[in-house]
Amino acid sequence: MKRLLFLAIVATLAVTAARAQRQTSPETLIRNATVLTITRGTLTNTDVLLRNGKIAAVGKNLNASANARIIDGTGKFVMPGIIDCHSHSMLDTINEGTLAVTSMVRTEDVLNPTDVDLYRELAGGVTTLNLLHGSANPIGGLNTVVKIKYGRPASEFLFPGAMPGIKFALGENVKRSSQPNQPGVTRRYPNTRMGVEEVIRDAFTRARDYKRTWDEYREAVKKDKNVMPPRRDLQLEPLVEILEGRRYVHAHCYIASEILMLINIADEFGFKIKTFQHALEGYKVAKEIAAHGAGASIFADSWAYKIEAYDAIPYNAAIMTRAGVIVSMNSDSDERARRLNIEAAKAMHWGDLTEEQALKLITLNPAIQLGIQERVGSIEVGKDADVAIWNGHPFSVYSRVDTTFVDGVVYFDREQDLARRPELAKERATLEQAEPNKPRPQGQSPQTPRRRPSGHNDDVEYDKP
Amino acid sequence: MISTLLAFLILTQQIGTPTTQQGVTPPRGIFVIRNARIVTVSGPEIENGTVVIRDGKIEAVGTNVSVPAGAQTIDGSGLSVYPGMIDAGTNMGLVEVPQGANGTVDTAEVGDLNPNAKAIIAVNPHSAHIAVTRVEGITNTVTAPTGGLISGQAALINLLGTAPKEMAVVPQVALVINYPRIAGGGGGFGGQQQQPANLSDTLAANERQLEQIRKMLRDAEAYGRAQDAYAKDKSLPRPDHNVVLEPLVPYVRGERPVIFRAEREAEIRGAVKFAEELKLKPIILGGNDAWKVANVLKEKNVPVIITGILSLPIREDDAYDALYENAAKLQAAGVRFCISTGDAGAEVRNLAQYAGMAAAFGLSKADAVKAVTLYPAQIMNVADRLGSVEVGKMANLVVTDGDLLEIRSSIRYLFIDGRPVVLTSRHTELNDAFKNRK
Repeated sequence: MKRLLFLAIVATLAVTAARAQRQTSPETLIRNATVLTITRGTLTNTDVLLRNGKIAAVGKNLNASANARIIDGTGKFVMPGIIDCHSHSMLDTINEGTLAVTSMVRTEDVLNPTDVDLYRELAGGVTTLNLLHGSANPIGGLNTVVKIKYGRPASEFLFPGAMPGIKFALGENVKRSSQPNQPGVTRRYPNTRMGVEEVIRDAFTRARDYKRTWDEYREAVKKDKNVMPPRRDLQLEPLVEILEGRRYVHAHCYIASEILMLINIADEFGFKIKTFQHALEGYKVAKEIAAHGAGASIFADSWAYKIEAYDAIPYNAAIMTRAGVIVSMNSDSDERARRLNIEAAKAMHWGDLTEEQALKLITLNPAIQLGIQERVGSIEVGKDADVAIWNGHPFSVYSRVDTTFVDGVVYFDREQDLARRPELAKERATLEQAEPNKPRPQGQSPQTPRRRPSGHNDDVEYDKP
Repeated sequence: MISTLLAFLILTQQIGTPTTQQGVTPPRGIFVIRNARIVTVSGPEIENGTVVIRDGKIEAVGTNVSVPAGAQTIDGSGLSVYPGMIDAGTNMGLVEVPQGANGTVDTAEVGDLNPNAKAIIAVNPHSAHIAVTRVEGITNTVTAPTGGLISGQAALINLLGTAPKEMAVVPQVALVINYPRIAGGGGGFGGQQQQPANLSDTLAANERQLEQIRKMLRDAEAYGRAQDAYAKDKSLPRPDHNVVLEPLVPYVRGERPVIFRAEREAEIRGAVKFAEELKLKPIILGGNDAWKVANVLKEKNVPVIITGILSLPIREDDAYDALYENAAKLQAAGVRFCISTGDAGAEVRNLAQYAGMAAAFGLSKADAVKAVTLYPAQIMNVADRLGSVEVGKMANLVVTDGDLLEIRSSIRYLFIDGRPVVLTSRHTELNDAFKNRK
């Protein structure tokens, strides 16, 4: 059964891929829509021209080439593609949990471009994801920023020019609190928030020495080309990049005290935290976060799922925004990622952010947090044509996405999706009759491709044996 | 608007309502909401209408309603009155913090057969989840135990009260049975998909589990007959009382409904068949595949409490909107249904969002409102008391400044059991404490 599903997915992908190929460098003119520009307010009865993968023009009565696709946007809303600053979609594995510092591992090495949840996210108007390592270690693996080019090879997903990043994590998860003590097995260090701080301090102390070694070598080699280079350390290299401001830190955290701890250690070593991820109690220390210059990427309203989340409140986004923190609303879940528009609207409901402030939570703000704000996050001429057309205001619970473009190419279109269903049903029926999909003898279950669970991936320990 | 709020503040002070989320139950009284749009749900909407609340009940609804003497009045200009929302699939009050605080978890008893476990016993009236939920317009939940095969008995509660007894609308509203599952549903909170090692072994195990349930229900039938017979004829041997079988009697006699948790097509079909065999009155809880079985559910008149509207589709090749559309498809097929979060407690407050998503994908807006008010009341057999703005019903009312299901709307006033509820919660209190920190 599952095998046939897998085959069906492969077939679906082939169809999608073929479609995408046909649609390279198309020109599209969306006419007479309400355009949520993010940076220049809401424009009514406005046209948006997508050409060569960019937003070519925004204005009234625009002209397009003869072969351009014209979409009547009357009654529709155009907004930038949503950016999810905390995702684990398309990662075959999330947590390298064996060590406390795993900065040598890269999510980029485990991308699965056939993850069907990517398509479901496109159908929610999402176009960019920050794929993060899990939260099993104080210093985790490297992130990958992708555009959701579902149906294309993984290499085409990589967001050009996105700032490299890394996952840090604090608190309960890295203490392995949910791991029971086992007789004869030594617990992984750290076991307390004291130890978490110490692990990070130790790693950056080593990284600072390592950087000095290389700096000295680079000076020395200018004078004597026969000087032996130091041995490369793949664990410390990313930390040196952090010290040099070339890699963003996305730090998973929940409670106020651990947020302050990381700010202190970053200040001491002279680097910046780019985002506090989740930051459930960020509202308690909003001024300290703002003073450090960090952003926060949070849930709209998850709380009480564990002790550390008991003080999480849905006013978090509003309080931190007013304190000057750049805030984004993320999913950390393939399910929630499909409705980030509503998650952003919740910051109007709880905390009375303005519509523009709330829209930024899922567009420009996460773009800034990923260093891609020159490319995406608003509807402006010259930016990437990553946009979605909604059949109503995206903050209305009654709205849904009609079409999603990435680099000007349609990657989701509801009408096309509906039109394809009879064909896919027929294909499924055919596949069910295929030999590999017949029931196996003795009632054995067919081999199943393993699926990631959908909720709160950060906390899931399924990578453990 | 400010004057309205002021009026309400004065009003609440007059009647001594507590100003924090925890506290004693506020008293009833006579309240009038004037000049409001009244979404009765059961009948047409009323513009510029008046609702009179007296001693816990709705006394009058309409445009030609006189204000009783001594009533405290709310100006409802620009506001809408709705019945309170009902979530029929929660564990509200049974769990405070699911991970890392087992002491606060009272959802699942030890063992597989616990018909005598009653949710109403363990509901914590002072759970922070309750106030957090009600301030979003949800006035009632069905709170159900979760464990084993026969989990226990669910309660239908008002989200207000100092003691479980004060909260209970129906203390034992339904029996809850987990229909044996063929595979884990995946997803969920840190959930894992379980892949059976051998399908035939799994099916055999499921059949054994079903037989355990069947045997207990049959025993309960026999027990009920024996008790009846003895009541009529004391010369018969006196049957011993049995605290496990006793509570099952009204359920095996079809006097009260039995909730079957079932998601997949095979499970739903199995549950319907099993209920028919044992002459139970079934309700499906979950029902992610209900749209695939709509004809059977319609034919057998089995209602569904849909909990998975915001879940990821079960199968990889399901349509992306398969679960968003579930409600609309059931509606079109004539199946009775209501919409629930299926959440333990913390996220029940998002019930409107679930209904709204169903409306974004084919359900009419009016039906989406019914799906969280009148429909759950009907399915849980409390439509005589809850689910609409009608004379004689319990005054569980929500006054909003906009569409009930829209995220941007706010709740302005809330009445539960005719008692005015202050709109504070653990979250508003933390917000107030920190929002102005300089």
